[in-house]
Amino acid sequence: MAKADFYGAGFPYRDFGNLTGKLIVLEGTDGVGRSTQINMLRHWLEEEGYAVADTGLTRSELTGAGLDAAKSGHTLGPITMSLFYAADFADRLENKIIPALQAGFIVLSDRYFYSMIARDSIRGIEKNWSRALYGIALRPHLIMYLQASVPSLVQRLIHGRGLNYWESGMDLHMADNFYDSFVTYQTAILKELEELAREYNFVTVDADRTPLEIFEDLQRPIRLLLHNRLTKSERPF
Amino acid sequence: MLRPNDTKGKLIVVEGIDGSGKSTQIDLLYKWLLSKGYSVYFSEWNSSALVKSTTKVAKKTHAFTPATFSILHCTDFADRWENSIYPLLKAGVIVLADRYAFTAFARDVARANDPLWVREMYSFAIMPDAALYFRVPLDIAVERITGSRAQLKYYEAGMDLALSDNYEESFKLFQGKILNEYDKMVDEFGLTMIDGTLPVKDQQKKVRSLIRRILVGFEGLPNPDKQGIAVDNPQARKKGKKGGK
Repeated sequence: MAKADFYGAGFPYRDFGNLTGKLIVLEGTDGVGRSTQINMLRHWLEEEGYAVADTGLTRSELTGAGLDAAKSGHTLGPITMSLFYAADFADRLENKIIPALQAGFIVLSDRYFYSMIARDSIRGIEKNWSRALYGIALRPHLIMYLQASVPSLVQRLIHGRGLNYWESGMDLHMADNFYDSFVTYQTAILKELEELAREYNFVTVDADRTPLEIFEDLQRPIRLLLHNRLTKSERPF
Repeated sequence: MLRPNDTKGKLIVVEGIDGSGKSTQIDLLYKWLLSKGYSVYFSEWNSSALVKSTTKVAKKTHAFTPATFSILHCTDFADRWENSIYPLLKAGVIVLADRYAFTAFARDVARANDPLWVREMYSFAIMPDAALYFRVPLDIAVERITGSRAQLKYYEAGMDLALSDNYEESFKLFQGKILNEYDKMVDEFGLTMIDGTLPVKDQQKKVRSLIRRILVGFEGLPNPDKQGIAVDNPQARKKGKKGGK
């Protein structure tokens, strides 16, 4: 990879020069086991001798605190929330991800803007608006999608960190309790992600299995990418 | 790029570079409309309490890039849009906005963001019934600002663009770029240009005559007490009618 390649106009006021690193995205809904996999991938790649940086949603210094505060209130509208996340995304992309890629790192991104489009779409945000907004986004070298069924998500979350307000889509008032709301909401999210998987060429990995099995499936396309042998159908562009 | 007004209300916005006198004019318009018995709401650029904590820190630490500056100002606008401007327009209120999407189209593009990207970001908003552009030559506006106000701030002066090390010089160059963008939008959006060098009273006369025409046949939400509206705007509530500077 040489010049930065963006979905839209990118950041036209800056020339980032050559990006020698690789951007690898792990997509998937809440509770699917992304952070476990990111950790395993990171250790593996570091053992192989690669410099690795990881990043996730809402970790930017710019908006992290403000966004947490906004989510704890009840006046945060869908467009406002969407833009808040986009500001966070832009900050991380410009100030963390791209500099790491310039320095030749492998960047493991725990989700990317696709999750945000899925989430916003269910809240009535027009997809074309979202896509235009994320014209600033760099095209990843590889997008892997952890595909899970709703029952397995429920099982994992209830035995894990529990069902939470936002992950259950309680703001949408689709049901009067967390469980029913979670099922309805995540079913809708999965449907959106399936569509995005086709549109953006995700490499889909079955996540209804053990962490080790999933890990092995994720290693394969990464190995191919690092040896420039990904097939066309597995490349985001 | 902006949707047509699909509400019962009327949206009136004022635009122009710093020092164009637009705030004075909208303040007079606000009082006049209120005295006429209309329900009127005033919204000011960059005033959402929800977003303020974020922008405040970023401004202080100079942490904005042109893109994040642009998106966070749109976030601020969206919060006011979703919580007050749009619902009130639906209710039949006259909403007055001191700066609107055009401010972003001018400033963010002066910061070299992609013009189309910025315009699409605001495409959830409606085209105002009146978009008044107060135009003053650059040197007059700069004279008004540097002569009367305190020290220019970093982003206000466009220091992030590295146009000059000198705040006043940078401000002048930055405002020149913004003015250029505004001038281009007169045709693009059909902004109504008002000569901001005229005496305040003469400008207000033009403004009222324009707005009178827009309000022919308009009923709107009744306002028997002739009071201003404060919605999720602590500043406005404090002052009893409109947002502060």
